[in-house]
Amino acid sequence: MLRDTNFKIGLDVGSTTIKCVVFKEQNIVFKSYERHKAMIKEKAIELLSYINKNILKNAPAYISVTGSSGLGLSQDANIKFVQEVYATKIAARKHYPEIDVIIELGGEDAKILFLSGAPEVRMNGSCAGGTGAFIDQMAVLLGIDLKEFDELSLNYNKLYTIASRCGVFAKSDIQPLINQGAQKNDLTASIFQAVVNQSIGGLAQGREIKGKVMFLGGPLTFFSGLRERFIDSLNLSKDNAIFPENSQYFVALGAAEYATEATTPIGLSSIINSLKKEKNSNNKATLPPLFDNEDEYEEFLSRQNKIAINFKDISQYTGNAYLGIDAGSTTIKIVLISENNEILYSKYLSNGGEVLGIVIESLKEIYDKILSCNGKVKIAGSAVTGYGESLIKTAFSLDHGIVETIAHFTSARHFLPNVDFIIDIGGQDIKCFKLKMGAIDSIMLNEACSSGCGSFLETFATALGYTAPEFAKKGLFAKSPVDLGSRCTVFMNSSVKQAQKEGATIEDISAGLSISIVKNAIYKVIRAQSPNDLGTNIVVQGGTFLNDAVLRAFEKEIGINVIRTPISGLMGAYGCALYAKNNVSQTSSIITPEDLKKFSHSVTSTTCKNCPNNCRLTINKFGNKNIFISGNKCNKYNNIAESVKYNVVEYTYNKLIDLPNHKGKRGKIGIPMVLNMFENLPFWVAFFESLDFEVIISPRSSRELYVSGQHTIPSDTVCYPAKLVHGHINSLINENVDFIFYPCMTYNFDEHSGDNNYNCPVVAYYPEIIKSNIIFKNNQKFIMDYVGIDKPKYFEKFAFKIFSKYFSVEKKEIKSATYKAYVAYKNYKQDLKNYASEAIDYANQNNKKIIVLACRPYHIDPEINHGIDRLLSSYETVVLTSDAIAYQSDYRVKTNVLNQWTYHARLYTAAKEVTKHENMNLIQLVSFGCGVDAITTDEIRDILESNNKLYTQIKIDEINNLGATKIRIRSLLAAIEERNNHYK
Amino acid sequence: MGINYDKSGRVIFTKQMKKTYKLLIPNMLPIHFELIKNILQQRGYDCDLLKSNNTNIVKMGLQNIHNDTCYPCLLVVGQFIDALKSGKYDPNKTALFITQTGGGCRASNYIHLLRKALKKAGYPHVPVVSVNLAGLEKNPGFKMSLSLIKQLVSALIYGDMLMLLENQTKPYEVIKGTTEQTTKHWVEKLACQYKSSNEFGKKVMTQNFNNIVSDYANIQINKTPKVKVGIVGEIYVKYSPLANNNLSDFLHNENVEVVIPGIMDFIIFKVDNRIVDIDIYGGSKLKRLICYKFKKYLEGIQNIFIDSIKKSNKFSPPSSFETIKKNVKSYIGYGAKMGEGWLLTAEMIELIKDGAENIVCAQPFGCLPNHIVGKGMVRQITNKNPMANIVCVDYDPGATKVNQENRIKLMLATAKERFNNKNNTI
Repeated sequence: MLRDTNFKIGLDVGSTTIKCVVFKEQNIVFKSYERHKAMIKEKAIELLSYINKNILKNAPAYISVTGSSGLGLSQDANIKFVQEVYATKIAARKHYPEIDVIIELGGEDAKILFLSGAPEVRMNGSCAGGTGAFIDQMAVLLGIDLKEFDELSLNYNKLYTIASRCGVFAKSDIQPLINQGAQKNDLTASIFQAVVNQSIGGLAQGREIKGKVMFLGGPLTFFSGLRERFIDSLNLSKDNAIFPENSQYFVALGAAEYATEATTPIGLSSIINSLKKEKNSNNKATLPPLFDNEDEYEEFLSRQNKIAINFKDISQYTGNAYLGIDAGSTTIKIVLISENNEILYSKYLSNGGEVLGIVIESLKEIYDKILSCNGKVKIAGSAVTGYGESLIKTAFSLDHGIVETIAHFTSARHFLPNVDFIIDIGGQDIKCFKLKMGAIDSIMLNEACSSGCGSFLETFATALGYTAPEFAKKGLFAKSPVDLGSRCTVFMNSSVKQAQKEGATIEDISAGLSISIVKNAIYKVIRAQSPNDLGTNIVVQGGTFLNDAVLRAFEKEIGINVIRTPISGLMGAYGCALYAKNNVSQTSSIITPEDLKKFSHSVTSTTCKNCPNNCRLTINKFGNKNIFISGNKCNKYNNIAESVKYNVVEYTYNKLIDLPNHKGKRGKIGIPMVLNMFENLPFWVAFFESLDFEVIISPRSSRELYVSGQHTIPSDTVCYPAKLVHGHINSLINENVDFIFYPCMTYNFDEHSGDNNYNCPVVAYYPEIIKSNIIFKNNQKFIMDYVGIDKPKYFEKFAFKIFSKYFSVEKKEIKSATYKAYVAYKNYKQDLKNYASEAIDYANQNNKKIIVLACRPYHIDPEINHGIDRLLSSYETVVLTSDAIAYQSDYRVKTNVLNQWTYHARLYTAAKEVTKHENMNLIQLVSFGCGVDAITTDEIRDILESNNKLYTQIKIDEINNLGATKIRIRSLLAAIEERNNHYK
Repeated sequence: MGINYDKSGRVIFTKQMKKTYKLLIPNMLPIHFELIKNILQQRGYDCDLLKSNNTNIVKMGLQNIHNDTCYPCLLVVGQFIDALKSGKYDPNKTALFITQTGGGCRASNYIHLLRKALKKAGYPHVPVVSVNLAGLEKNPGFKMSLSLIKQLVSALIYGDMLMLLENQTKPYEVIKGTTEQTTKHWVEKLACQYKSSNEFGKKVMTQNFNNIVSDYANIQINKTPKVKVGIVGEIYVKYSPLANNNLSDFLHNENVEVVIPGIMDFIIFKVDNRIVDIDIYGGSKLKRLICYKFKKYLEGIQNIFIDSIKKSNKFSPPSSFETIKKNVKSYIGYGAKMGEGWLLTAEMIELIKDGAENIVCAQPFGCLPNHIVGKGMVRQITNKNPMANIVCVDYDPGATKVNQENRIKLMLATAKERFNNKNNTI
C-alpha cells in the first residue's frame, strides 16, 4: 500500500539495547534508548505501539530495522533489514559528508569505516572482545560503577600494558594488578587504552586513521576517558575529532534513511500484529530441563543439606583459633576455626579491587570480638592462599602462604576422607584435581581461553538486570534450556544473542548458561569422557557451585551425584585454617591488634633494571616495615634461595644471540630472531659469514617490539610467536641492512624421529605473510625464497640458484659456505647436548629436580615464555628443554598420531625420556592458537601418564602474567614432593 | 567373527567385510559424494552417505577429540560416532570411509584422531578405510585400482560440472526447482551409467558433458544481472553445508549468484605440489615424471569439461588449472602447499577476474594454513584489486550463525551498493 507519508523510523536492536528514532520530514520527533533485557520482541511491540499511538497517530511510515540482534525481528515482523555498519555509512553520508573515518564501538562489536579514499569497512572478528561489554566486565571486576570508572580514568599516573585482544585475556592481566595493589585510576585508564590499541591495531590493520574522525556508539558516548585515550593515541586535533549529537542513535538514523530509499510506507499496526502473531521459532537447540518438577528439586536439596558443619559463637569459645584467608580473583574469603574445626567467624566478600582494606576490616572485627570476650581466644596460626597470597602474607605477617590446590585438597579431605576428585569453579578459575593414594595426581586449571566461569554468570546477570543468584535461580525450572555450546565467554555472548533472536526466555537462557559453564569445565578443562574419568567421590566447591542450577547441571552432565559442602565458597579459606592448625609454630607471627590499628600502606611503581626482562614492579610498603614487591618474573624479591645454575633455556638463548661476530665486507644481512630462525641461526650465521656478510640479528623481543608491528598482523588468532615476527622485521627495516633474510621452509632438518620432517604451516610460510603485509624500503631486499635444508646435496645446488639472484657469488663460495653451515649447526647441537648432560649430572649429584620444558625452539624467547624458566630455576630446579633432551637420544617414539613435524617429534622423544628418570618431570608450553599442539598435548599426556608421571600444560600468549603459572608450578612441585614422600 | 589387525595394530578391512559391512561416508560435497557413493555401490559395497545434521554431532566431536582440533575434524569424527550410536547401524558390521591426504597441515592427522576417538568412544573394532592416492594403509577389502581411480576422477569432474551449472542457473530459473531437478536427474542418470558400463574414457565423458550442458541450457531462465559472490576456504568448510551452516543456501536466499570453485583444481594442485617440491628442493626425476603424467591426465579431463562449457556460449567457463596457477604467481610462492596452499589465494584472484569480486573466505577457527593463504593474503589482493570485497569467516563449535551471517551481510551490503552504482552509471 503506497501512501504518502512524512514519517520515517529507524530501529536499531543491539545485543543489549534497543534504539529508535522517528523523523517527521527532516526533524527528529521521537527518540528512545533502552535496555531490552533479552526481551526484544516485547520491547519492540511496546515501543512501536507507543509510537503508533502518540507520534504517528496511525499514519503510515517508512521503517527499517538494523543491529546485531535485529535480524530476527526483521524476519518476524517482515520489516526490511539493513546491516548496521552499512546503516552507519548511510547516516554519515547524509548528515556528515565531510567525515573521513568512523570508529564505532558497540556492546560487543567494534567497527571502523574508512569513507574517503578507497572506502572500506571492517568489523572485529569473532575472537575480539575489547568493546562495551568488556568495559562492563572490567567495572564489575573493579567493583565500581561505570560513571566512577570513567571519572577515575581521567586522572591517571601510569598506563599498564593490558592484553587488548579479548576480554578474557585482559582480565588475566588486570586481576594480578588489582591483587598487587595497583591504583584504580591507573587501571581504568589502562583498560581504556587497551580498547584503543585493539581498535587501532586489530581493526585498522595498518591503514592509517587520519583526517576527520567520527566516534560513535555507547561506550564512546558515555566515557570521556575513552574518548581522551583515542584522541591522544591518534594525535587528533580538536576539529578533527567529531562526536556527533545523537551518537547513540546514529545507526538508527541510518536505518531511517535506508527505509526511505529501500521500502514503501506501511502502517505500524500491521507490523505489531504480525509480531504478536509470530510464534517464537522453534528451531533452536534445546536441552532437557534441570528439574522436571518441584519434588525433584526438594529431593536434591535434602540430599545436599545432609553434610553438616558446625558453627560456634566466638564468645562461647575458649582456646586457640586458626585463621584462613583465601584471596581469590574476584572475592576474598576469611574463616576462623576452633581447635575442633568449628567455624567461629567467616566472611565471603567481593574484593572490589580493595584486597587489603577488606582484610583489615575483618581482622579488626575479629580482634574486637576476641577483646569483648576478654581474650579467651588466641589466634595461634594463620595461612593464606590465592592470587593475593604474597601481598596479604607480607602485609599482615601471616604464618603460612600455601598454594590453592593444597588449600582446597586439605578442606575437601576433611569432609570426605576418600575424596578422589575435586572441582572448584570460582570467579575466574576452574581448578580440578584428581587424587590418588592421598596425593594430588593431576591438576587441571582452565587455560586463558576458557576462563569466564563464575564471574561470567555474574556479568551476564548484571547486564540483564539481575544478581547472579537470582539469575541462576531462574533457570532451575526452565522448560527447555538453550544449548549454548562450551566455548569461551566471547563466544557465549554471541550464542546468547542468537538464542535471544530465536526467542528464548530468560529462564531458558539462565539454565543454558549454567549448563554451558559446566560443559566448559568438563569438556574444556577436564576433558572428560565419562564419570569414571573423574572419580567416584567427587567434591564440588567454589562460589559458582552455590548456585543450585550449576550444581544440578554438573550432576546431570556427568550422571552421578556429587557432594557440595555447606561452605562451598569458603573451602579454600577453611583449608588454610586447617593447614594453619596442623602446622603450628611456637607463636603466630600474625599482626597484633595494636599494629593493626596503626596499619599503613603505600604503593609506588618502578621498572626493575636487574635483568633484560625489565619487569614493571609494584612496590607495597607497610607500616610493619615489610615490603612487598610484585610484577617481577623471577623470585629475586621473594626471599627465596639462590637460583640453580643450570637453565638450558637461558643458556641456549644467550648462545644464539652471541653468534654473529664477523664484520663482513659484502654487506649487511638481517635475520629476524623468530620461529624456526632460532634453531637455524647457527646454520645461517655460519653460511653468510662464510660469504663475508655481516649478520645483524633483530633485537630481543619485547612488548614494545610487538606493538610496533601489531598493525600489520592480518590474522588475530595466529599464535603469539608468529605475531612477534612483524615487530622483528620492522626493527630490521630500521637497522638499514642491505638484505633481510627470512626463507620459507616447508621442511626442517630430518632427524629421523618421525614419519616426516615438516615445519608447521605457520612456521613454514610466515615469510609470505611478511611479504604481503609489510612495506620494505626501496634499497632493501627481502629474501624469502623457498629453501630446503634437509638434504645438503640439494641445498648447495639450490642455494647458488637463489642467492645469485640477489648478489654476485661463485659456486665454490657457496660450496664452502654450505659446508661450514652444516658443521656449525652440528657443533651447536653438540654443545647443547653436552650442556644438558652436565645439567643432568649436576641434578643427580645434588639431588635436584629436573623440569623439562616441552616446547618449540622459539619458546626460549623470554617474551614468549614470559620467564617461566627463571621462575622454575628460582624454585631450585634444573631447567632443560625438549630440544636438548631430544638431541641426546636417537630413537623413535611410537605414537598414535602422525608424527610428522620435526619440532614436535622431539616432544614425544622428550616425554619418553622423562619417564626414564625419576627426578625428571615435564611441563609442556603451548602457545595459544597452536593447532598442532591440539594433537601433541593428548599424546604427551598419554606417554607420561601411562608411565606414572604427572602431566602439566601451560598455555602462553601475549598475557604477561605469571600468577596462574606460579600456581601450576607450585602445585606440581608440591605434588611431586607428596608423591616422593608417599613412595618413600 | 574375526577382526584382523596389521602389525601396527590397525583394524584391517577384509574381503569378507566388503560383503557384510555397511560403509559410512562423510558428505563433504553433496553432489560429488553422491556420485562416489553410486560408484562404490556399483562395485559391491553397501554404503551410506552421512547427511545427519544435529547437535549431537558437535557434542560427540567435543567429547572425543581435543577441542582445539580443527572444526572439520571435530565434525567428521562427531558425525561418525553419532551414527554409530544412533542405532541405525550395527557397530559390529560398520566400517568408516575417510579420505587421507599427506602434508604438513594437521589435517593429515584426521584418520589417526578418528581412530583414537573410536577407541575412546568404545568402538576400537570399527575398521577405518583410508582413501588416498599415496598408497598409505592397505586394506584387502578395498583396493585403489586404476579403474576405480579413473571412476572417482570422473565423479569429481561430473560433480564440478553439475555444481557449476546449477550455481549459474538456479538464481535465474523461471520455475523454481527446475535446476535442482536437472541436477538430481543427472546424478541418477550417471549412477545408472556407472552400473551398466565400465567405460569411462574421454569419449563417454565428452558426450555426457555436452548432454549435461545442453540440459541446463534448456532450463527457462530470466537473466537479470545479479551480484556474484564466491566461496573459497578450507576445503571441508568451503563445501560442506554441515560445516558452513548452509552457506550456499544462505547466499542464494540473499538473491545473489553463488560461485564455488570446483574440487578438481584441488586434486590437480595436490599432484602439482609433488612436482614443485622436486623443483625447489630436489628429488627423484622419475617420481617427477610420474606425477607430471598424472597431472596431464587430470588436466586433460578438466579441459574437455571446460571446452564443453565454452562451446555452449551460455555459461561462463572456469579457467584451467594452469591459468589459475599463472595468475597467482606474483602473490604467493608455489611452494606454499600445506592445506589449500596457494590454490586458495589463486581461487580468490580467479573469482575477482571472473566478476565475483565479493568473496566469503571460510575457514575453521584457528586454521593454520588459512592464516597464511587466506587472511594473510587479503591485504595484498585488495591492494592490487581495489574492487575486491572479501570477508573472512571463522567456523567452529562455538561460533554462531547470527554472527557469521551479520558479517557476510555487511560484505553483501557493500557488494550490492557497488553493483547498483555500476549498473546506474552504464
